[in-house]
Amino acid sequence: MSDVSIWADVAVAVLGGAVRVGTPFLFVSLGECLTEKSGRINLGLEGVLVLSAMAGFAGSYLTGSAWAGVLLAGVAGALLAALHGVLCSLPRVNDIATGIALMLLGAGLAFYLGKPLIQPQAAQIPSIELGMWSSSQQVQAALRINALFPLGVGLAVLMSWALADTRWGLIVRMAGDSSDAARALGYSVNTVRVLATMAGGFIAGLGGASLSLYYPGSWNEGLSSGQGLIAVALVIFARWRPLACLGAALLFGGAGALGPALQSVGIGWGYHLFNAVPYALTLLILVWTCSPKRSLQGAPMELGVSR
Amino acid sequence: MSDSRVAAVFDSVVLPVLALGGAVLLFGGFVWLGGTSPTETWVLLFKGAFGDSFSWQNTLQRAAPLMLTALCVAIPQRAGLMVIGGEGALVLGGLACAGLPYLFAPPPGLPGTVMVLLAGALGGAAWIALVGVLRQYRGVNETISSLLMGYLAIGLFKHFVEGPMRDPSSLNKPSTLPLEDSIRLGSLPGYDVHWGLVWGVVACVAAGLWLFGSTHGFATRVVGGNARAARLVGLPSHRLIIVACALGGGCAGLAGGIEVAAVHTTANASLIAGLGYTGILVSFVARHNPFAVIPVAILFGGFGSAGSLLQRRLDLPDASVLVLQGFAFVLILASEALRGRMGEWLTRQRMVRAERAAAHETSRVRLTREQAALDAARKEAA
Repeated sequence: MSDVSIWADVAVAVLGGAVRVGTPFLFVSLGECLTEKSGRINLGLEGVLVLSAMAGFAGSYLTGSAWAGVLLAGVAGALLAALHGVLCSLPRVNDIATGIALMLLGAGLAFYLGKPLIQPQAAQIPSIELGMWSSSQQVQAALRINALFPLGVGLAVLMSWALADTRWGLIVRMAGDSSDAARALGYSVNTVRVLATMAGGFIAGLGGASLSLYYPGSWNEGLSSGQGLIAVALVIFARWRPLACLGAALLFGGAGALGPALQSVGIGWGYHLFNAVPYALTLLILVWTCSPKRSLQGAPMELGVSR
Repeated sequence: MSDSRVAAVFDSVVLPVLALGGAVLLFGGFVWLGGTSPTETWVLLFKGAFGDSFSWQNTLQRAAPLMLTALCVAIPQRAGLMVIGGEGALVLGGLACAGLPYLFAPPPGLPGTVMVLLAGALGGAAWIALVGVLRQYRGVNETISSLLMGYLAIGLFKHFVEGPMRDPSSLNKPSTLPLEDSIRLGSLPGYDVHWGLVWGVVACVAAGLWLFGSTHGFATRVVGGNARAARLVGLPSHRLIIVACALGGGCAGLAGGIEVAAVHTTANASLIAGLGYTGILVSFVARHNPFAVIPVAILFGGFGSAGSLLQRRLDLPDASVLVLQGFAFVLILASEALRGRMGEWLTRQRMVRAERAAAHETSRVRLTREQAALDAARKEAA
């Protein structure tokens, strides 16, 4: 194989991986975006992701239907996120600390309840073949797209519209930008935030289902390694815009696919280093976008992380 | 005991104990849902942690690194930063400790031990100090950056252990070259507990004395309590915060070094066992007080050693300890909402008492006055 075709293969694999690896990023970052728009940061989405991946796999395994699994994953995510929302509504309870606690609790519950699920196979989410026009195996593999991905794209568009142009979107943004204004208009800030956190947890739960039911497509304890946290940084990078979350998720998906893509063409050196690229990229983006002198542009005013 | 004293004891001792008790109860209910007897679970939890001298030694062995990783949260927290990347500092500390002999042969015996441990501490210190630098000079949120750097550290660790630093004879489990016998950290004489426990306790006490007994520690706490006030009185907050981060990271790196020098003897994947994450919980339960970290770390070390007993006897998954920790963390945070309530209640009680006394006083005054008026009237009549 010539050098050129090797790099072409890597490029195709990275592009395909952008969608495959990026789908969970997309859902988690949309969920986080909604939560943060209401004025709270939920680091516990990492725990939500693990728990919902387990719940999704269990649902699919027990009912035989992948979509039942997806629904169960969303519900599990919403329940854990509801715990975050309610805890943070108590006086003097810090949302970042609560997120750390839920990371631990979500992983613990998922590993505990998911112990019997490590071996079996479950029904997978179907894929959409967009690469039938090409005769190349690699292109076909790259364009075999997770059926949840179009759903995520639709959700990003819907959220972008709903946050900007609907009454509910306005209420969520008001709770995030000025809790005084929301209170003055007679809305309970805590209720709005709990509901937004729950909805965010449901959306993030779909990302968990994508992990265990599509790619990698099985349940094990190392399934999620920080995707939930990367999503938090990704939302900052996307400046709290749902459509920008889509682009950021694809970028991170591509970065995450780099290690396996290089390994597939026989470049094994630095496998772990290439796997760490998304974290390094996130950190670089944070260093680049943050500044000690001003708060972040576009950030909800009530958000702890932007103060 | 004065009211404020009672309130302080309630806030710092009674509330965490109640929250931990609640977590243990909740855990019993949780295993009961799965058909396991909760009473048996509780008994085993106690036996596995503190039942006999063997479990005590196991508990103390596990508590040593937890004390140090908890300090990695507690010290930066006192300077106002919530750093939760202790896991990364720990694995890099372990890597640095195992890596020093690659550079030059450390002297045998105690000096060599101290040198490899210091290498571990320096590795961890530099890693977490970087978190402080990013936060102070670039405004990057320290919680997120420290966690991301934790994953980066694990990536670096795996790269070096499985690549350039791999011992060719470690076939199934990639490891670095083992440390020489003479520079390993031995056991305390007569016990099956290694010297790491002493390092952990000494670090906690030293951190406590520094924070609460020295000017530099006081300045650090001022920066953490009110950054604006610290700037107004001219404290070098950048430097204080970065030093606090380096000290915390140094403790976590030392924990990694101790795990390598005393337990694993080489750096390998067994080091990545979540000790940094448990340390976060320990620090929160101890309310970020270095002295309180010692007993809390022993308690959670106990839960850890009871975990393997639960696994053997009751066939519970190894993640049951993680569930118990999760419950404890959630309840500890929820108990924050009750903080200060005891003080408020006591103050209210005292006010009610004072009011009643005042009311009592006035009625007595009125009685005397009426009595005097009556007497005067009688006198007049007579």
